[in-house]
Amino acid sequence: MSEEANAERGPWALALRRFLRNRLAVAFLGVFLLIVVFVLAAPLWADHVAHTGPNQEHTVEQITVDGEKKDVVTPEGKPIGPQWFNAGGKFFLGADSRLGRDEMVRLMYGGRTSLLVGISAALIATFLAIVLGLLAGYFRGWVDSVIARALDVIWSLPVFLIGLAIGIALAVGGLKIGPLELSSGSLWNPILIISIFTVPYIARPIRGEVLALSKKEFVEAAVAQGAGPLRVMFAEILPNLASTIIVFFTLMIANSMLFEAGLSFLGAGVQPPNSSWGTMITVGVDLLRIQPLLAIAPGFMIMLTVLSLNIVGDALRDALDPRGKARMDAALQFEAQAGTVSRDEGALAP
Amino acid sequence: MTRFIARRLVGMIAVLFAVSVIVFVVFMVVPKQNPAQSLAGKNATPLLVKNIEAEWGFDDSLPQQYLTMMKKVFTGELIQYEPRIPVNDKIVEGIPATFSLAIGAAVIWLFFGLLLGYLSAIRAGGWLDRFLTGVSIAGISIPVFLLAPVLLYFLTYKVEIFPNGQYVPFSEDPAEWLNHLILPWFTLAVLSIGFYSRVLRSNMLDVMNEDYVRTARAKGLSERQVMTRHVLRNSLIPVITLFGLDFGATIAGTAIITESIFSIDGVGKYAADAVAKFELPPIMGVALYGAFFVVLVNTVVDVVYAYLDPRVRLGESASK
Repeated sequence: MSEEANAERGPWALALRRFLRNRLAVAFLGVFLLIVVFVLAAPLWADHVAHTGPNQEHTVEQITVDGEKKDVVTPEGKPIGPQWFNAGGKFFLGADSRLGRDEMVRLMYGGRTSLLVGISAALIATFLAIVLGLLAGYFRGWVDSVIARALDVIWSLPVFLIGLAIGIALAVGGLKIGPLELSSGSLWNPILIISIFTVPYIARPIRGEVLALSKKEFVEAAVAQGAGPLRVMFAEILPNLASTIIVFFTLMIANSMLFEAGLSFLGAGVQPPNSSWGTMITVGVDLLRIQPLLAIAPGFMIMLTVLSLNIVGDALRDALDPRGKARMDAALQFEAQAGTVSRDEGALAP
Repeated sequence: MTRFIARRLVGMIAVLFAVSVIVFVVFMVVPKQNPAQSLAGKNATPLLVKNIEAEWGFDDSLPQQYLTMMKKVFTGELIQYEPRIPVNDKIVEGIPATFSLAIGAAVIWLFFGLLLGYLSAIRAGGWLDRFLTGVSIAGISIPVFLLAPVLLYFLTYKVEIFPNGQYVPFSEDPAEWLNHLILPWFTLAVLSIGFYSRVLRSNMLDVMNEDYVRTARAKGLSERQVMTRHVLRNSLIPVITLFGLDFGATIAGTAIITESIFSIDGVGKYAADAVAKFELPPIMGVALYGAFFVVLVNTVVDVVYAYLDPRVRLGESASK
């Protein structure tokens, strides 16, 4: 942090001030928080407004709309369209398919899954990246070579395609490695796939920073005082990585959510009975001609969430690290690719 | 240069090996369910499962099983079991559609991406720049699984301007081929248009500060000559790398989703259908071939980049 004029304030207070000055980012932080409230309110809406669950089918039922009886699903299999509040909040966005499930309730519960997978995958990836980045950057030598090569390999894989293959293999057969056992429908399957394939995006910048930081005087001072590797890594170096970690974590949630949506859309991500915004689009696309909202509403929610996280992430980077332009460009590429590609320009960097 | 190419080739082989091992482990080693059962499909008879077990040698040692798998994939013996069709045949069938989609989209995104980026950079800070930046960010932010349904609904169902997906081979009817591909092309291109214009803009702004640009101005070149001959040309080198990577990545990523929404019978749709039906052999084939293709493209791109920008290959050997 470089603003000497404000030396009496802490760097975090300065960063907060810079962030709050960015009106767009503050607005989109609000949007993101609203989305979180929206998905958390799912049980309330389901129990008190829609009176149904996300997987409850209403195939041969009728509802009262403005005093008139209407089929939830017509005999031809056409689901009812958006009712807004005409049916007392039931079928606010209509029914999802010939199964007659309440689209609004599904949108709220599906959002929970999407956010849960996105945040969990980002947490795991960030954690792994911190450990790997610290080990590689601090110990250097062969430890660094092994970790850096492994990251390079993952980085140059077509991650979406491989993720798709793994997703479907796990969805068919489940997973059993020693004591670790996952059933075929487990949410852990997409979470683990996404987190492992996105580790390099965050581990590489962290490793670079650790390499630079571990040459600094304060690290030498700590070593001279007799600090062991663990203390140097976690007590001395780690706190200096905080701003990088916060920024990349935010961007990583957005990226993981897009990855999850892509996998789930194709059927290799979240498996029934769970649903996510991605799986909802799959159902909706089949009925696009007659009920376009079924595909567009979940897609729009994904876009809104990802967009707000990206804008907040960008603003955080500007606020926490006003000089980090080089990293900004790297992250721009990373956002744009949104979990569907790999990039190999790391192999070109000196 | 030879040394650089050799290094990249070794790297490429390592990545290809890693890909094949990952696929092998995920399909054959870690699943809880008997892999023969998984390969056979949901409605397989016990006899078919037995046959597959024998065919794939699931009693052999793991390295032997790995070799069997690789041999099957690359000699065209990999088959999907219901109905019984060689996976290679289906992949070859799908290639024209997939490449039509990806190449067309690439032409569009390069043209518009570079045009918007160039306009943005020469008017940096002005209203046009701000407008184009807004457009780019909007483009980058729309995921294909939102853009595709929106375009399809409004431009095909609501107002019948474009046909509903499908693929018409170029050899059959070039006009229809074009007409059917316009929406999918734009769906794939929008993200990259936004991204490329941002990248070119920032590259050009960096290059504009270089000494040789000042020299060019000082020796009396017109602004147009400075921009096209000196600034644009030097800003394009990183874009070339990016393009090579994106092209491979598009085929292995967003194209699958696009083909699936627009019902284009390409390799991606083949994979998407197999995923929907829980059929493993096609996925195995598409993943391996797709990954190999992408990694190969990336290697070629690296070599081209090193050829265009000597700093890269010199840097590599200097660091040794």
